[in-house]
Amino acid sequence: MGVNKVVTSGREAIAGIGDGATLMVSGFGPPGQPSELIDAVLTSGVGDLTIINNNAGAGGRAISDLFAAKRVRKVICSFPKAIGSTVFDDLYRAGEIELELVPQGTLAERIRAGGAGIKGFFTPTGYGTELAAGKETKVIDGIPCVLETPLYADFALVRADTGDRYGNLTYRKTGRNFGPLMAAAAEVTIAEVAHLLDPNAMNPETIVTPGIYIDRLLVLDEAAAAEKETR
Amino acid sequence: MSRWTRDEVAARVALDIPDGAYVNLGIGMPTMVANHVPEGRELVFHTENGMLGMGPAAVGDQIDEDLINAGKLYVTESVGCSYFHHADSFAMIRGGHIEYCVIGAYQVGSRGDLANWRTTSTDVIPGVGGAMDLAVGARNVYVCMDLFTKTGECKLVADCTYPLTAQGCVDRVYTDHGVFEPNGTGFTVVELSGAATLADLQSRCAVPLVAAL
Repeated sequence: MGVNKVVTSGREAIAGIGDGATLMVSGFGPPGQPSELIDAVLTSGVGDLTIINNNAGAGGRAISDLFAAKRVRKVICSFPKAIGSTVFDDLYRAGEIELELVPQGTLAERIRAGGAGIKGFFTPTGYGTELAAGKETKVIDGIPCVLETPLYADFALVRADTGDRYGNLTYRKTGRNFGPLMAAAAEVTIAEVAHLLDPNAMNPETIVTPGIYIDRLLVLDEAAAAEKETR
Repeated sequence: MSRWTRDEVAARVALDIPDGAYVNLGIGMPTMVANHVPEGRELVFHTENGMLGMGPAAVGDQIDEDLINAGKLYVTESVGCSYFHHADSFAMIRGGHIEYCVIGAYQVGSRGDLANWRTTSTDVIPGVGGAMDLAVGARNVYVCMDLFTKTGECKLVADCTYPLTAQGCVDRVYTDHGVFEPNGTGFTVVELSGAATLADLQSRCAVPLVAAL
């Protein structure tokens, strides 16, 4: 029946995520945050996770729930402080979670490099600061730079607005943020989308993430409908 | 006359940003610059979570759950706006396409060093966000801050004692007491607020302050 990446439940969507996995999770604040997939990961009971995300989770149904449940060993992010949540702060102060702090643009570019097969890049960002301590440096065009390496994940969880069965995606407003980057940088990428469209209804000129990067697609309105039926 | 209010500092910054410029505003006082763009000028505001042409804060039914700024507040679209992913957003910053950034600071050093991402307090959870990218990548880095801490220490210093955000990146510092430029050994006074005198400020700042020629 050809290409069809649509899965019918959160459980099916996250199949294969095990203890010790590295997960990239899209979102900057609530926009672009794959809440349904995060919920499914939480329900599955896996732990010892490494999470790559810009923040350490805003309030609500979010990564902070994974922290609160002590499922996360390490977080790689640019800004762990969250409005309305002290979960990360408390764990960090107690020494129960490891933090790798990365400048936001370097974080984005390391993820992009991971997805693009680029094994490193030199950037002036961070040079001469404690975040570049111990890293290789080089002067290029007279500008001192720091060597940064790519980031990869076992799984990427991303949130998009519309998708089709090929996994082609579009996003909505500032919900795009890390989605297109993370989709390319993981072994398995799982997208949750608000709306499933017929492939003929997607405009090929405005698709943001081409389906090649997507392995599974969870459709939120269908998932909600299926859940309703089983009640 | 007293020292400048936060709005007056923001207005003074806005005066120095030319028509048509692409601008990134940090959280706090820098955000207020958008409220003081002189009549007849159009600035294009960039927010690093992925938008050019950011409009004013959203209120009431303007609020869209998918439209926030880097401070995670609801905002609106301006005419001509566009959305893009995070790597593109930071390519605009790191590639030198953003012409002006206005950010806060804990300290600015006499050679233009910036310290604005963490203090030496061990109790605070560190978070850097886009500060290091903006400080290095924006073509003009304007700092907006109070000249003195709450305990009276001058935030213009010979060498930053707080952890650095970037070296030699600050072009101008706008404060409640006036406008300053790092000159390598101290700071050149570009303009003083109504109340301030150079002698008075110098008596409260260890770093040399010199009048502009």
